[in-house]
Amino acid sequence: MSAASAAPEGQAGRIWKRFRRHRLALAGGFVVALLLASALFAPFLSPQDPTLLDTALRFRPPFADWRFPLGTDELGRDTLSRLLFGGRVSLTVGLVAMITTVMTGALIGITAGFIGGIVDTLLMRFVDTMLCFPQVFLLLVVAAFVPPTLLSISLVIGLTSWMEVSRIVRAEILHLKEQDFVAAARALGASRARIMFRELLPNAAAPILVAATLKVASAVLMESYISYLGYGVQPPLASWGNMLTNAQGYFDTVPWLAILPGVAITLTVVGFNFLGDGLRDALDPRLRMDP
Amino acid sequence: MIGFVLRRLLQAIPLLIGGTLIGFGLMQLAPGGPLAIYTLNPTIQVQDIERIKIIFGLDQPIHLQYVKWATGLFSGNWGYTFFGGRPVLDVILERLPATLLLMGSALSVAIVLGLSVGVLGAVKRYSVFDVLATTGALFALSFPTFWFGLMAIFIFAIQLRWLPSGGMWELGEEGNILSLLQHLVLPTMVLALVITATWSRYSRSAFLEVLHQDFMRTARAKGMPPVARLLRHAFPNAAKPLIALLGVELPFLFSGALVAETIFGWPGMGRLFVDALGMKEYPVLMGLMMFTAIFVIIGNLLADIAIALVDPRVRLS
Amino acid sequence: MSEPLLRVTGLEVHFPIRSALLRQRIGMVRAVDGVNLEVARGETLALVGESGCGKTTTGKAILRLIDPTGGSVRFGGEDIAKHGSRALAPFRKRMQIVFQDPYASLNPRMSVGGILAAPFEIHRIGDAKDRGERVAELLRTVGLPPEAARRYPHEFSGGQRQRIGIARALALRPELVIGDEPVSALDVSIQAQIINLMKRLQAELGLAYIMISHNLAVVSHVADRVAVMYLGRVVETAPREALFFDARHPYTQALLSAVPEPIPGRHRARQAPRGDVPSPARPPSGCHFHPRCPIAIARCSQEAPEARIIGPGHAVACHLVTP
Ligand SMILES: Nc1ncnc2c1ncn2[C@@H]1O[C@H](COP(=O)(O)OP(=O)(O)O)[C@@H](O)[C@H]1O
Ligand code: SF4
Ligand SMILES: [Mg+2]
Repeated sequence: MSAASAAPEGQAGRIWKRFRRHRLALAGGFVVALLLASALFAPFLSPQDPTLLDTALRFRPPFADWRFPLGTDELGRDTLSRLLFGGRVSLTVGLVAMITTVMTGALIGITAGFIGGIVDTLLMRFVDTMLCFPQVFLLLVVAAFVPPTLLSISLVIGLTSWMEVSRIVRAEILHLKEQDFVAAARALGASRARIMFRELLPNAAAPILVAATLKVASAVLMESYISYLGYGVQPPLASWGNMLTNAQGYFDTVPWLAILPGVAITLTVVGFNFLGDGLRDALDPRLRMDP
Repeated sequence: MIGFVLRRLLQAIPLLIGGTLIGFGLMQLAPGGPLAIYTLNPTIQVQDIERIKIIFGLDQPIHLQYVKWATGLFSGNWGYTFFGGRPVLDVILERLPATLLLMGSALSVAIVLGLSVGVLGAVKRYSVFDVLATTGALFALSFPTFWFGLMAIFIFAIQLRWLPSGGMWELGEEGNILSLLQHLVLPTMVLALVITATWSRYSRSAFLEVLHQDFMRTARAKGMPPVARLLRHAFPNAAKPLIALLGVELPFLFSGALVAETIFGWPGMGRLFVDALGMKEYPVLMGLMMFTAIFVIIGNLLADIAIALVDPRVRLS
Repeated sequence: MSEPLLRVTGLEVHFPIRSALLRQRIGMVRAVDGVNLEVARGETLALVGESGCGKTTTGKAILRLIDPTGGSVRFGGEDIAKHGSRALAPFRKRMQIVFQDPYASLNPRMSVGGILAAPFEIHRIGDAKDRGERVAELLRTVGLPPEAARRYPHEFSGGQRQRIGIARALALRPELVIGDEPVSALDVSIQAQIINLMKRLQAELGLAYIMISHNLAVVSHVADRVAVMYLGRVVETAPREALFFDARHPYTQALLSAVPEPIPGRHRARQAPRGDVPSPARPPSGCHFHPRCPIAIARCSQEAPEARIIGPGHAVACHLVTP
């Protein structure tokens, strides 16, 4: 990814111009920036301690009390503070899972594409096989087998969703490795590792960056779902997913408890998806799918 | 054609073997290992476990264990549940119809809706409708389905009281088709949301591709009316990627069904999966994993064959 | 006579053709089908033939960028045709290549400085500072300013890129450089500059060149000797003058007649090549040229002609050419 930012100025300018035309992507990028900032500065933005309970202050409605701008939950905890800290958790899991996904997918894709032959066949059959299992099934089974920590949740999500990335990277490498600059590196006696990681990988940065952005979206979605089911982030640590689990019980009386975390999840996923779509159009017009 | 089917069948074998290897590998990850299936089962005695160990060869080297387990899968011996000791395959098959009903109804809705939106978008590219539809599809793909389900319950079941909030029948009305249909609406809506979005995106791009080809221009030049052009020429040519999508989508359909079934208490395989997860019914979990994987492999095989029927060129390659 | 710098004997590169589905071998592309070549220190051998006759593949097989399926490649007296990557390492410094396409041959994601430092990094020569100086020196050698190191390939013109490609090939002080049509993708006005640069560098550094070209006119300025290829085989090898004024193989004669500017005094060819070049996947039997040869006899379709010496440094593979 550093290579994308290291891309020469003329190119970067063109990419920025194409990206700017994409209004939804700009909006997505704005939302993502806002979310990341609010997660980063959660301790300063939160009006309350998100873990502080006070049953005397249960079920405060939103906008009724300046101390609890978005109301309180069934234990009297401040909803806004919990959303902010929950966002921290959800985004952390999303980002770590994305890194896992991208690293695994890129490594397998580049190995399969570059080495080729039987290695390629075996790795791609492995990918095909992994894709036969519905991701939620795989995810839940493994999540149920390993003790849930933030790291294990992120790794499990990452390790069950790298297959697409490996296909994208492999296709890119197959195309790139026939180019003469790779032959030039081989003529100089470059090692396989050098060719794979110094020559080829930076050239696959654009599709990897796009996939990475989209993968944050799906990882946040997955985290919220398994946390909602109780196999992800464990209370008292708040995540948007497990906030929904509790809220479900008070649906008919205090619906905002369920509405707010859901809106947060949707905003995040929409933001990253739009950003990823815009990046795809800007970085690689070949991959373009929608106007 | 027969040769093609045989070749495709041959290609499915490594997938099946790979699938069983992954399933078996995951089982080793289970706390207590594969024996947990029996040691954690309160209804099985210690001496029985010893007997089972020998019967199943669990004292044998791991690769032999795998062979035993995998052959069991293909001969219908999928193990027994911890609680109740029922054959796992029976438990799964019992839940299959409910899941198939839900998936079928959602898929029908999604195909009809998604295809219409996609084709219309392709025909009127960059129109207001097209832009709204493609943006809407991206939104729909970004929705947390389970939250969408919760909101649907909140609005339609709790606030408006139009529809039941869960289950498959009202108590005492088992077999009543009207009751079944009422219960089917919300889960179908939730499951169809994402698939509709995918279908509209894919059919839009499939038709865009077809609409700009020479034979479409020729048909227009010959004065063929637009609807006839679409039906006679565009559909058959756009069908291929869409049939392929049908196969590729299967795992997502199962994932989505699991979500919808849990939210709405729909008594299908997804619900079974989440229940089994809560009860640590590892044999059922493994069984469901293998069942869906095999289902997906067969589904893809059928999609490939269907594509070959539509497009004879595929057979020859 | 002592061993030449490079001696290629019976070189073969056969690519398998595989079926789409089960990947079993269903045929062979005989891209290089028994090539013999020699290059002495400091000389320029031109390798000429129509597009698709196997020139690039021959060059890449000599450099071991493609594994030969047969024959030997003796470089400095050592057969490297079957060397593993470790045994090849020292030879990587001694042979280099300049590619045809100046756009595909430079990594678009690497600065020119990075591209030119790569040879030193790979062979662990010098430290970072030392490499910077070497890069600047290389750029100066090929007529580019040292500031070019900080820029990316797409900021340069085709000719400038080719200079960068030449600088990279020279970084490790090779003894042999293969130029695979190094100017054919450039504007005619630039071609002479690059050719002159390569000639100057040859004189300064004592390089041997194999100059690949599909155009006899281009090589007429640079070559000491010329080898003509047809469908994976060398059909005629001769010193430049002998080739242009006393070409003996019917194919060479046909090629010469197609050269636009006539070279005064040379023999007129009897006829330009008729028909299309057959596919190397199904080469004709016997002499590969026989379906297009204006003077073919019955024997030509049955027996492949051996190369025979017909004059000093002049060898021809044709049944009808005798000393
Ligand atoms: N990797 C490959 N696989 C199969 N066939 C190839 C490959 N590379 C080259 N060929 C074939 O070998 C023949 C010679 O190619 P090449 O050496 O590039 O010719 P030239 O450089 O003389 O134009 C051509 O017919 C080409 O199609
Ligand atoms: S050997 Fe026969 S076919 Fe080949 S060039 Fe000589 S005369 Fe022509
Ligand atoms: Mg070539």
